[in-house]
Amino acid sequence: MIKVDEKGFYGKFGGAYIPEMLHPNIEELRENYEQIVASPEFQEEFQMLLRDFVGRPTPLYFAKRMSEKYGAKIYFKREDLCHTGAHKVNNTVGQIILAKKLGKKRIIAETGAGQHGVATATVCALMGMDCTIYMGALDIQRQRPNVERMRILGAKVVPATSGSQTLKDATNEAMRQWINNPVDTHYIIGSVVGPHPYPEMVARFQAVISEEIKKQLLEKEGTENPDILIACVGGGSNAAGTFYHYYNVPQVRLVAAEAAGLGVSSGKSAATTALGTPGILHGSKTLLMQTEDGQVVEPHSISAGLDYPGIGPVHAHLFDIGRAEFVAVEDEDAMKAGIELSRMEGIIPAIETAHAVHALNMIEFKKDDIIVINLSGRGDKDLDTYIKWGGY
Amino acid sequence: MNRIHTLFQNKKERVLSIYFTAGFPALEDTLPTMQAIESAGADIIEIGVPYSDPIADGPTIQDSNMIALENGMSLKKLFEQIKDMRQTVSIPVVLMGYLNPIIQYGMESFLKKCQEVGVDGLILPDLPMQQYLDEFKTLFEQYGLSNTFLISPQTSEQRIREIDEHSNGFIYMVSSHSITGAKTGITEAQIAYFKRVQAMNLKNPRLIGFGISDAETFGTASQYSNGAIIGSAFIKKVKDSKDLKADIHAYIKSVIQ
Repeated sequence: MIKVDEKGFYGKFGGAYIPEMLHPNIEELRENYEQIVASPEFQEEFQMLLRDFVGRPTPLYFAKRMSEKYGAKIYFKREDLCHTGAHKVNNTVGQIILAKKLGKKRIIAETGAGQHGVATATVCALMGMDCTIYMGALDIQRQRPNVERMRILGAKVVPATSGSQTLKDATNEAMRQWINNPVDTHYIIGSVVGPHPYPEMVARFQAVISEEIKKQLLEKEGTENPDILIACVGGGSNAAGTFYHYYNVPQVRLVAAEAAGLGVSSGKSAATTALGTPGILHGSKTLLMQTEDGQVVEPHSISAGLDYPGIGPVHAHLFDIGRAEFVAVEDEDAMKAGIELSRMEGIIPAIETAHAVHALNMIEFKKDDIIVINLSGRGDKDLDTYIKWGGY
Repeated sequence: MNRIHTLFQNKKERVLSIYFTAGFPALEDTLPTMQAIESAGADIIEIGVPYSDPIADGPTIQDSNMIALENGMSLKKLFEQIKDMRQTVSIPVVLMGYLNPIIQYGMESFLKKCQEVGVDGLILPDLPMQQYLDEFKTLFEQYGLSNTFLISPQTSEQRIREIDEHSNGFIYMVSSHSITGAKTGITEAQIAYFKRVQAMNLKNPRLIGFGISDAETFGTASQYSNGAIIGSAFIKKVKDSKDLKADIHAYIKSVIQ
């Protein structure tokens, strides 16, 4: 049974390894979130916003041409059609309502590709809350359109200039700023990472993805259960949402696509389960890429959203017990998969998502297996990267 | 009884603890820095073990951590550098570090090594109290190491009491809602917090850290506690030092006057 325990552990992974200065914030959240989220007022507002603001349910789309090519029934869960262009907004809608109920006035968040930053800036605008986004200086350069979107929405974007200047460093910076402003500020973590209760809380807000897949697949195929689910994994929020209601349905194979960067053994990779060992990062025990001395290794991926040296503790657990299959997709293959999806189905995916699409070439399946790929985000924000890559 | 207990038995006020980053500014500066801190008249040495992702630290200490790592600093290297420190350093020595490098080294091997070289206590900011109690307390005791927890203005009275019960060296009072080096000076609100904790009559001595940088802030902090900890301000002084010993002496003397 895959389930978080009272102390926030999934098997060996999870917990809340935080400086004492954050203890009151985390306790406040832990003590209140389940009750708030379960309340009818919360649910009413959350469901209304998911429907009328985000545009849910998102379609489950049968990809005819790709199904013919690969010899399976391939469906795409169209999270790319969510308002703001990716699944990230499911979580920010949930957390902003929660922050309001906790009486917070100010929101901070980290972002990698900028999708979570945009989703956070969007809900802050919606609720009239002050918003500051921490983003690696390198990511600010490679995700320019998203930076400007956040600014248009009224958020302040602050560059994180330490380390590799990517998602890990933005997360460090957001945690530091939370320590500096513990009373009036809520930190909206964008992935299933961080100290308990964040990983489970974010997963629950994203679980709407698998809830809908179940219903939609039942209508289309007469079964709730696909043979295979595929999602990309950086921290792992879209994968957690895609897998959530299937964790304990063993006949459904779970496939997680990590970013191999220039190759798993190239020294320029973000394939955490392939290269990582147990350790502590951003408040939880998980698998992370590190040196023998326990220093965190700088990751690399062409996709800013997967450029993270750790992985959510639930995924470390799924890997540990063999419940999910992990494949490591190289930059070049992901880019080609992005082009293939564009040309065969008319959908330009985010480069993160393209990793999940390429996984079709790396796993075994039977003819006519039902495969659902979570199309976590659209490619508008990545046009610069596609153009620079140029292989189309 | 380790050196920390002896110190606080003999000295109840104006205890000065100096934090510095191991292997900074140059790799082999660790031991000379410790010797200079002692001869200048400080009471406790806190050795910062550098880490790639120090989430409770501001830019000054982040920067020193990064430079130390680039210099080739590691926990293994640190233990080599300080293996004979007790021949020249007699005041209490505390290691401050994030959990991950220690876990990779192995907690028990780490504690054993600390005892072997003469380290007296530990400050592990991201080791939560419950985890310490569940997994490590008996090991700390077995190797005679005291453990210091942090408290902040946000920490509830009940939790301060629990922390006091499980501490056996001193309590590290974070002076404000902040990471290290973020704010300087001491405000009315902070003084109210210092007084509130002072009135709790805790069994452990208290040192105030974060925002202490000179004789004035050291003096104010010492009025409401047993002394204070200086970190970022010290790192700034040694960063571009051409004469480490002279600069450390001049700075520490200016603080304790």
